[in-house]
Amino acid sequence: MAAKSTFTNMVLSLGSICLVCSALLGIANNVTAEPIAQATLAKINDKISYVVPSYDNNPSDNVTMVEVDGTEYKVYLASMSDKVVGYAIEVAPTGFGGPISMIVGFDAENGNIYNTAVISHSETPGLGDKIASNEQGSFRDQFIEMNPASNKLSVRKDGGDIDAITAATISSRAFTVGVSTAYKVYLTLVGSGDADVVSGASKK
Amino acid sequence: MTKLKLLTKGIIKDNPTFALVLGMCPTLGTTTSAINGMGMGVATLFVLILSNMVVSAVARFIPDKVRIPSYIVIISAFVTIVQLLIQAYIPSLYDTLGLFIPLIVVNCIVLGRAEAFANKHNVIDSALDGIGIGLGFTLSLTVIGLVREILGSGSAFGWKFMEPYGMLIFVLAPGAFLVLGYLMVLFKKLTTKKA
Repeated sequence: MAAKSTFTNMVLSLGSICLVCSALLGIANNVTAEPIAQATLAKINDKISYVVPSYDNNPSDNVTMVEVDGTEYKVYLASMSDKVVGYAIEVAPTGFGGPISMIVGFDAENGNIYNTAVISHSETPGLGDKIASNEQGSFRDQFIEMNPASNKLSVRKDGGDIDAITAATISSRAFTVGVSTAYKVYLTLVGSGDADVVSGASKK
Repeated sequence: MTKLKLLTKGIIKDNPTFALVLGMCPTLGTTTSAINGMGMGVATLFVLILSNMVVSAVARFIPDKVRIPSYIVIISAFVTIVQLLIQAYIPSLYDTLGLFIPLIVVNCIVLGRAEAFANKHNVIDSALDGIGIGLGFTLSLTVIGLVREILGSGSAFGWKFMEPYGMLIFVLAPGAFLVLGYLMVLFKKLTTKKA
């Protein structure tokens, strides 16, 4: 049934199988590279449109890197008729099951949090994953339209103003840390005059 | 064995989950909801059909001593292709299954069918075997996922009928073992009666 196992034909057959498989993988990678990039972009764009006021530019083309405490954060600028209306800031705090990749949007007009969204996470299903819930009255709802300057951004257990999810304090805490990090990034961005530069440049 | 029997034996007699008890890692890991279980089952089904066909076609050219590495290379190539395709065209499914798809490579079902069936049979029989076993796996995962989803989140296929709480334990790992165990008892009871 099977061919005889001599050294040469073992090397040859295994080698040629590997060669054919790598060629196939190369082709598959080439074919799918474009749609994968598009799907990732569509996902980010979808989340951005969710966390900032309505805009007419393409925020994923308008990215600024801002450094806070030695880490660089991605900030997407959303603008409406060349005026910046919102900042979507990508942060990744560490949750219970690994990093929570999330995005926090700020309203450029009053500096309030516009909305928040979770891009990907690996929190416990049924407990921690409620941080990503879109339902009415969910955990993330309390951040909507919140003014981060007048509220203490930590969970009640730590003396803050955020109600944690029952049985998911670590996830709630991580999410809150993400929001406050994003706020720091926002302050750095606005305070350092970067925002003025951007809006100044777009005033023409 | 008739062609029809080849196709159907994977669903009951050689059901990979309840009768052969193979591929437990994806079974326990991905069945948090009916849709997730089905997605994993279908991904495995594709890999099984393709790898079974290719293995049966090339088996007689492969020297005996390197057959396992050869099968693994073939299987992992198909798994990677399936993974890339899901990532490109069904990104929402990729979000939930992403972690488990590479694990199809080491799923005993796929290598087991290549070693126990495909390398001794022709391409068509192997494809039928792949479809049968794959369907059996998909069905089992969907049923486990459905039971866990109903008990754990009070919904079926994403459609919520019970608000607002389910029994959380069924969504977590211990629930997977419980549901699998009880379903296996039920399966054994039903199938032994028939025989």
